[in-house]
Amino acid sequence: MRLSSGDRLFIGSIYVFLVLLAFVAFYPFWNAAVISFNSGTDTMQGGVTFWPREFTLENYKVVFKDERLIDGFIISIFRTIVGTLLSVMATAILAYGISKPQLSGRNVYMVLCIITMYFSGGLIPSYLLIRELGLMNTFWVMVVPGIINVWNMIIFRTFFRGIPAGLEESARIDGSSNWGVLFRIVLPLSGPVIATLSLFTAVYHWNDWFAPSIYISNTDLLPIQTKLQQILNANIMLEQMQNVDAAAQGRMSAMRAVTTKSLSMATMMVATIPILLVYPFVQKYFVKGVLIGSLKE
Amino acid sequence: MSLPSEIQRNPEPNRKKGPWTKLARQWDLQLMVIPAMLFIFVFSYIPMYGVLMAFQDYSLFRGFMNSPWVGFKHFVMFFEAPEFWTIMRNTLVISMLKLCIGFPAPILLALMLNEIGRRTFKRVIQTISYLPHFLSWVIVSGMIISILSTDNGSLNILLQKLNLIDEPINFMSEPKYFWGILTATNVWKEIGFSSIVYLAAIAGINPQLYEAASMDGASRVKQITAITIPSILPVVIVFLILAIGNLLNAGFEDILLLAGNPVLRDVSDVLDTYVYRIGIQNSRYSYATAAGLFKAVISVILLTLANYLARKSGNSLW
Repeated sequence: MRLSSGDRLFIGSIYVFLVLLAFVAFYPFWNAAVISFNSGTDTMQGGVTFWPREFTLENYKVVFKDERLIDGFIISIFRTIVGTLLSVMATAILAYGISKPQLSGRNVYMVLCIITMYFSGGLIPSYLLIRELGLMNTFWVMVVPGIINVWNMIIFRTFFRGIPAGLEESARIDGSSNWGVLFRIVLPLSGPVIATLSLFTAVYHWNDWFAPSIYISNTDLLPIQTKLQQILNANIMLEQMQNVDAAAQGRMSAMRAVTTKSLSMATMMVATIPILLVYPFVQKYFVKGVLIGSLKE
Repeated sequence: MSLPSEIQRNPEPNRKKGPWTKLARQWDLQLMVIPAMLFIFVFSYIPMYGVLMAFQDYSLFRGFMNSPWVGFKHFVMFFEAPEFWTIMRNTLVISMLKLCIGFPAPILLALMLNEIGRRTFKRVIQTISYLPHFLSWVIVSGMIISILSTDNGSLNILLQKLNLIDEPINFMSEPKYFWGILTATNVWKEIGFSSIVYLAAIAGINPQLYEAASMDGASRVKQITAITIPSILPVVIVFLILAIGNLLNAGFEDILLLAGNPVLRDVSDVLDTYVYRIGIQNSRYSYATAAGLFKAVISVILLTLANYLARKSGNSLW
C-alpha cells in the first residue's frame, strides 16, 4: 500500500517522537550508570553525561566492601525468596479451595476477600496492629502481612477453573485427596501462572522500602532499598549544605575519589541489577498478567 | 466483579445432613481456605475495625479497649487546622495534574506505537518504555534527583549549553517546580506500562475497517480519529471512571521521596503523606486516623459516583 505524502510526514514524525521518548525514558538510567563508573571528584566538576570521563571501579569497590550494604542485599534476597515462596504458595492453596464448587461457604469467603480490595483500615490502624502482634523489628514483618494476595488469588482461581475436570477426576479415582490433587496435578499444570505471579511478587518484595522504614529500626535488618533511601535522603541534606559552603565541601571531597553522589549511584545500580536480570522473563509474562488483571475489573 | 454462577450444580448433593456434617466431610477443602481467611481477618478486618480509634483519644498505654471516646473531636480539629486547605489543594491539584496528563499520555503512546510498521523498532521502544515501571520509587527518585541536581545534573548542563540559564537551578528546592517534576516523573515511570491495555484494545480492532477506510482514501490521521479512537473508547471510559474513583490518591511514595526537602512541604503535603507524618512520625494516632478516615469516606463516595456513571455508560465495575 502506498502512502500519501501527508501520511509519510505523519508517520515520520511519529518515528522521530518515539525515538526522542525512548531517549528520555532511558537517559536517567544511563546517566546514573555513567556517574557510578566515573571518579566521584571528577563528577563534581560537572559535564559528565553520556560517557565516563575518568573511568573507575572505585565506587563499586567501596559498595562491595561496605558490610552494611552487603547485609542489606542479603536481607533483600532473603526477603524476596521467602516472601515470594510463602505468598504464592499460600495464595494458590486458598485459590484452589475457593475454586471448588462444592466448598460450603464459598460465596461468603469470596465476598470477604473482595471487600478487602476496596476497603482497608489505612496506615495507622495497620501500624498499631503490627505493634500489638509484636512484629516490630522482626524479619517477618516484611513477609507475613502480605502473604495472602487477593488479586493473585483471583487470577489463580480463574486459571484453576480452566483446568479440565477429567484430569482431577482420574487422580481422585486413584485415591488422591484434594491436597494430593492440588500438589500432584493442578500445580504442575500451572507453570505459566505461577511464574507470572511469582515474578510480580518478587519484584514487589525487592522494591519495597516503605514497610521496613516504619516497622524496622534495627539497621541490621533493613533491606537494601530502605538503606538506599536513607543514603539518598542524607545526600539531599548534604547538597543543601553544599550550596551554603561549596568551597569547603569541595576541599573535603577532593581528598577522596569517591563522593556520596558517585557512591549512591553505584549502590542504585547494584540494587537495580536483579530487576534487570529478571526483566526479560518479566516482559515475556507481564503482558498476559496485566490483561488477566484488567479483564477481572 | 462477577460472582460464580455454578454454585447451584453441587456435585455432592447434601443428603439431609446438618451443615456441620457437611463441613466435616470436606474438612480437607476447608483446611485450604480457613487458615488464609483467618489471615485476612487479622491483617485486613482488624485494622478496618481499628479505624474507630478516630473517635477516641487513643493512647498506646491504654490500648484500643480502654481509650476514652471523644466523638468527632479529631475531625473538627483536622478541618480547623491551618494546613487543612493547603493539604486539600495539594491533593486535588496533584491528582488532577496526574489525571489530565498521566491519563491521556499512555493512550497517545499506544496510538503512536500502533502506527509503527517495523516490529523490531516497536519492540525496542516498548522494552525501554516499560522498564521504569519495574524500578522501585527509591531508585527512580534517586535518578530524577540526580538529573535535576546542581551537582553534575544533566538538565542544568543542557540548559547551560543552550545558554538558557547562567547559573544552575536547584530544581528540588524550588516549590514552583515541584508539581511539574512530580507529574513528569510519574508519566515517565508509567507511560509505557499503562499503554499495554490500550495496545491490547487496539489489537482487537477488525483490520477490515482500516482496509475499507484506506480504499476510500482516508488518511492515517483520519483513520485514527474515525476508527481507532471510537473503537477503544469503552476501555478508555472504564479506566477514566476508575481514575475518578482514585482522585484522592494523589500519590504517596513518589511524594515522600521526591519532596525530601522540607522547603517543599507547602506544595507537596497531600492527605496520605500528612497521615504518615502526623501519625507515624509524630505519634498522634487518633488524629491521623481521623484524617485518613475522612479521605476514605470521600473516596467511597467518589467510587460509588464513578460506578453510577459507569453503569450509565454501560460499563459497570461491579
